[in-house]
Order: sequence, then structure tokens, then C-alpha cells
Amino acid sequence: MANVPALKVEGLRKAYGDVVAVDGLDLTVNAGECFGLLGPNGAGKTTTIEICEGLTDPDAGVVEVLGQRWDHDERALRERLGIQLQETQLAEKLTVDETIRLFRSFYVRGRDVGDVIDVVQLGEKRSSRVGKLSGGQKQRLALACAIVGDPELLFLDEPTTGLDPQSRRQLWDLITELRASGRSIVLTTHYMDEAERLCDRVAIVDHGRIIALGAPRELIASLGAEHVVEFTTPEAPPGALDATRLRAIDGVMAVREHDGRWTLEVANLAQTVPALLAELQRLQLGLGELATHSATLEDVFVSLTGRQLRDA
Amino acid sequence: MPDSRSEDRRPWSERSLAQLTLVRFREFIREPEAVFWTFAFPIILALGLGIAFRNKPADVVTIGAIHGTAARDSVVARLQHAHGLRVLSMDDSAAARALRTGEVALVVVASAGGAEYRFDDTRPEGRSARALVDDALQRAAGRKDPMSVSERKVREKGSRYIDFVVPGLLGMNIMGGGIWGLGFAIVEARRRNLLKRLVSTPMPRSHYLASFLFSRFFFLVLEIAVLVGSAALFFDVPVRGSVLQLFVVCLSSALAFGGMGLLIASRARTMEGVSGLMNLTMMPMWVLSGVFFSSSNFPRVAQPVIQALPLTATNNALRATMLQGAGWSAVAPSLAIVGAWLVVSFALALKLFRWR
Ligand SMILES: Nc1ncnc2c1ncn2[C@@H]1O[C@H](COP(=O)(O)OP(=O)(O)O)[C@@H](O)[C@H]1O
Ligand SMILES: [Mg+2]
Repeated sequence: MANVPALKVEGLRKAYGDVVAVDGLDLTVNAGECFGLLGPNGAGKTTTIEICEGLTDPDAGVVEVLGQRWDHDERALRERLGIQLQETQLAEKLTVDETIRLFRSFYVRGRDVGDVIDVVQLGEKRSSRVGKLSGGQKQRLALACAIVGDPELLFLDEPTTGLDPQSRRQLWDLITELRASGRSIVLTTHYMDEAERLCDRVAIVDHGRIIALGAPRELIASLGAEHVVEFTTPEAPPGALDATRLRAIDGVMAVREHDGRWTLEVANLAQTVPALLAELQRLQLGLGELATHSATLEDVFVSLTGRQLRDA
Repeated sequence: MPDSRSEDRRPWSERSLAQLTLVRFREFIREPEAVFWTFAFPIILALGLGIAFRNKPADVVTIGAIHGTAARDSVVARLQHAHGLRVLSMDDSAAARALRTGEVALVVVASAGGAEYRFDDTRPEGRSARALVDDALQRAAGRKDPMSVSERKVREKGSRYIDFVVPGLLGMNIMGGGIWGLGFAIVEARRRNLLKRLVSTPMPRSHYLASFLFSRFFFLVLEIAVLVGSAALFFDVPVRGSVLQLFVVCLSSALAFGGMGLLIASRARTMEGVSGLMNLTMMPMWVLSGVFFSSSNFPRVAQPVIQALPLTATNNALRATMLQGAGWSAVAPSLAIVGAWLVVSFALALKLFRWR
């Protein structure tokens, strides 16, 4: 069993009319791994994960979940999966306890309802109606419904989208614990910090294809640049500064400009920032803002597509 | 791998069928509007209709008599004592106005040795006023009846309007419970992505659908008890046939309308869409199927269609059972129609049903 991948997908393709949602996608998720599909809205993450969940039929491709296929023994396979859809509004008139109890009833074997309520920290809300919960509490309830069948593999579609920072962190802790207890997890997100923080490996998805795959650290390292420098020159006349000139500066690996805002990927801040300032001085261009940060998956996405994750 | 289902040792109450059925109950009783429309509304409607159409003791008829001359005044005096008449003495123009507005059913204009009756012979009150006035005046003038008659008053329960309308309301309630009860709940679940979430678990799909039938069964017993019980209590509406037969008629009809609700909800994604379809289905039956008035009022050519409607068949079977005390053979044709609707709508619904 140890060598059976949690999920194996080959040549997946799905089109809705003219829109190609998934365009030839291959991936393998190892047992015990937390795997992330990271990509902007409309990238095809939900379509991909719902095909893997056996809820959408692909136009082409092969899906193996825990070594099994959807076309036979669907029910036995469902006993081993926990699923959280991107958007499920659970029945508002039921209480937290009743909802989890309902989902528990679908599985032959599963976890104790009270334990699950404790795990997702909804003890105080046990008898509250679902309609009265906050966004974060609803999302934790959805997670509770996904784990109450004690799944080997958990699919989470955008588990923290639309939540406040505190609720997101709370969910991150829960997912980290689930990962630590040996479950395989496949999650989708369009937050790069979420993918970096939770996932052992990440596939960056754009237009239905995987454009980069690997551990977050590796992907960032593949930029060859540890840091990112962003600056503006508000008073510069158009054309006063160009990418060739900036690329010539020592240690600059890549240069981009967007709405008058320059972004440099650099290997070493101590070396490059003074050189940059000197160059601007030489060109007699005043500096507006200057900001630096360590490179992130966001920068990987931008470097691969030329677009930001958020507004892609 | 051993079959995991055979190792299932959970008590039945923790299994999906029981839990899903419990959800149906909880959602229903936590929706005060639904409780009102299902239980209170039909009783209130029956009460209102019962009061409006109660069989009153023979009414007193109001007539006008024109005064002025001696002959006219003596007619007014003679009619004053007649049984079942109230006489208003008035002048010519007031009488014409009162007749036109229906304030009086007839106007008497007496002359020496005779009288003229002015009334609308298309109105029942006009005709009965004429008979009463004429009778009173002829007797006062010395007429003797050649034949002696006697009267015995019979007011049979079971033939009053309230008796007619209660089975109709029961049928209408069963239709609404099935079509609204399933239609709204299922489309709401689909709209909320809840159906998809449920089929992503190992839940047997048949259990989801069965939970609706089980909860309908339970609420049906309550509906029958409440409506038939209060009609018997307040209005003495009879149940002459067997209670078992009444229940079987209700149950098959509830299943048929449940199937229709399922069919209507099988593909719809929006509440607006499904409400439109439900109203389109139910509206013709409210009018045609003999809820408030007999469906025999509609033209003969339309009868084959009207009689084939599930609510018509239900109402016919309910009336036969409750009012006529008819047996199984009498309701068999109606039950066959209801059964056909049941089979066809379930078969279609299960074929078309969209889970995702
Ligand atoms: N049921 C559908 N019908 C038509 N188009 C769809 C449907 N589902 C998804 N799409 C389209 O497929 C593309 C990918 O969508 P989705 O998988 O939801 O992306 P993501 O989850 O990454 O935001 C989008 O362009 C979306 O509009
Ligand atoms: Mg999505």
C-alpha cells in the first residue's frame, strides 16, 4: 500500500463549450503528502479537483484515486475520501451537531462526532444553527464534515477564501494537524502564502495547465533570485529608464515594469540596492518608493506568466 | 477487502436513512410558515367557507309594496302578517331603486281587485318572493287549498357545502405538500451545492429520496388527522367509509404528488424556475379538479382530461370514501389513475434527476 500514490492524474482534459477549463494535466500526489494546486481564478483548479473527486466527468484522461478508478466501486472509494467543495451552503436550519452527525451517518466507519467538533473548535457552537455562524466557523464546519468519515485522502477546494486573517490562520493550523496525522491532502488556493505555508509540493496552474511543479522552496529557488526589489520613479519622463539598463546592474536576474512600478529579481540585496541607487543618481531620476521582500510563489507566478496571481 | 457494509454495527438511528429523515423533520418544524400553510391554513379556510356557506334556516325575503291608495295600503297591511316575508312600504321611485339594487326581491303594486308583481325572474329570490307573496295574497282573498299537505324538515349532514369542500381541501393539501414539499427542498439543496456535496459522500442516493417519502408519510398522517378531525369536530363532517381506505387513498395520492414534485425539481436550478413550474402544474388543478366546486360544471368535452388529473381522481375518491361511504371497488378507478401518475412521474424523475 505504501507505494500507491494518493492521486494519479494523466492527460486530463475538460472543455465547457469553447472554454477549455483543463488542458492536458498530469500530476501525482504521494501518500501522506499535502499537495497544492495554486493558480488564479478561472485557472481550472475546481474543475480539476472535482474530476478527481468523481463529481465531473473528464473529456479525456485517467484518474486514479488511492489506486482505484471511479468507474467501479465508487461507494467503497467514497468511504475513504473527505471532500470540501468550493461552495457548499450547508442547511441553515440545522445545528452544528446535527450537521456533523448527518455526515457521519453516511460513513460505515468514522470519527466520533464530539471529537470532530472539538478538533475544529466549534464546541461552543455545538447547538447553534448553521445560519448563525460566522464565515470562518462555517468553513470549519465544512472541514468537520469532510473529516468525520476519517478519510485517507482529503480534497479541500479553496478552504480559506474570503476569510479574515485570524480565521485563515486557524484553518491553517487545523490543516497542518491533519497533515501531521498522516492523511494525504490535495488543496486548491489562489493565495501564495497559503500554498507556501501548507504544502509539501505545489503545482502552479494557469489556463488549465501546470506551468510549474515542485516544493515551494524549490520553485522559489528556481527563480535564481532570493529577493525582489520594487521601486518607482514618479518624476521620470517616459523612456528615461529601460529594462536593458537595469538588467545591466550587478546581481539583477530579471526586470519587469507594470504601471510605472519596476520589479527586479535580485540575488543579493546588499550588492544590488546600492548599485541601483547609484544608477538612478547618475540618470538624475528621483526615487519614489523603494521596497524589498524575499521572493515568494507569487514572484514565481509573475515570472512565469507576467501577471499577478490576484488580478490574473 | 472485506465488504465494509456487512461490518456496519451502528444502530439504525445513526445511519443515513434515519438521519436524513430526521433532517426533513427538523427543517420542516423549524420553518413556521410551512407549518402554518400545512396545518393551520386548511382549517382556517374550512372554517371560513363553512361559515360563509352555512345552510341558513329558510331566509326571510324582503319585498317592497307601493303605498298611497286605499287598495295599496290594505295590501301592505295584509302582507305584514305573512310568513317569511318582510314588507317595506315605499313610493314608486324608491321601489324602482330598491328593486334595481337587490334591496328588495319583488315589488307589489296593488290596484282595485288585482295586483302586479315586479321582479327579476332569473334570480331565485325573485321567484321565491313571487310564490310567497302570491300565496299570502290569494289566501287573504279567500282561497282554500283543495289538498291537505304536511311537512317534515330534513337537514342531512353529508350534503352540505362544508361536506363537499373538506375532502377537496384535503386533496389540495396533499397536492401542495407533495409538490411544494419536495420541489422547494430539492431545488434549494441543488442551488446551495448541497446535493453535490451529499453525492460526494458514500450516502446511497435512494436514501436521500426515501427520506422525503418517509417524512411525507408522517406529516400526511398528521394532516389527515388535523383536517378531518377538526372538520368532524366543528362541522360534523362525516367519514362514512373505512378509515383505512381513506388513508390508502391519501397515501397513494401523496406518493403520486411526491413523484410529481420530484419530477418538477429534477433539473431546475433556481427557485424562480421551480416555483413557476409548480404553479403551472397546480393552478389548473385548483380550478378544474373540484376543490371548491364540482368539476362537473365544466363542459363535457373537457371532462376526459379533467377526470384524468390526479387531483380530480384524489378528490373523487376522498368524497366517495368520506361522504358516500363507498367501498374499495368504487374508488378503484380513481386509485388506478393516481397510481398511473405515481409510476410515470417517479420513473421520469429518476431518469432526469440531476444530482450535481
Ligand atoms: N459548469 C461550467 N460551465 C461552463 N464553464 C465552466 C463551468 N465550470 C467552470 N467553467 C469555466 O472553466 C474555467 C475554469 O474554472 P474553474 O475550474 O472553476 O477555475 P478555478 O477553480 O481555478 O477558479 C473558467 O473559465 C470557468 O468559467
Ligand atoms: Mg475554484
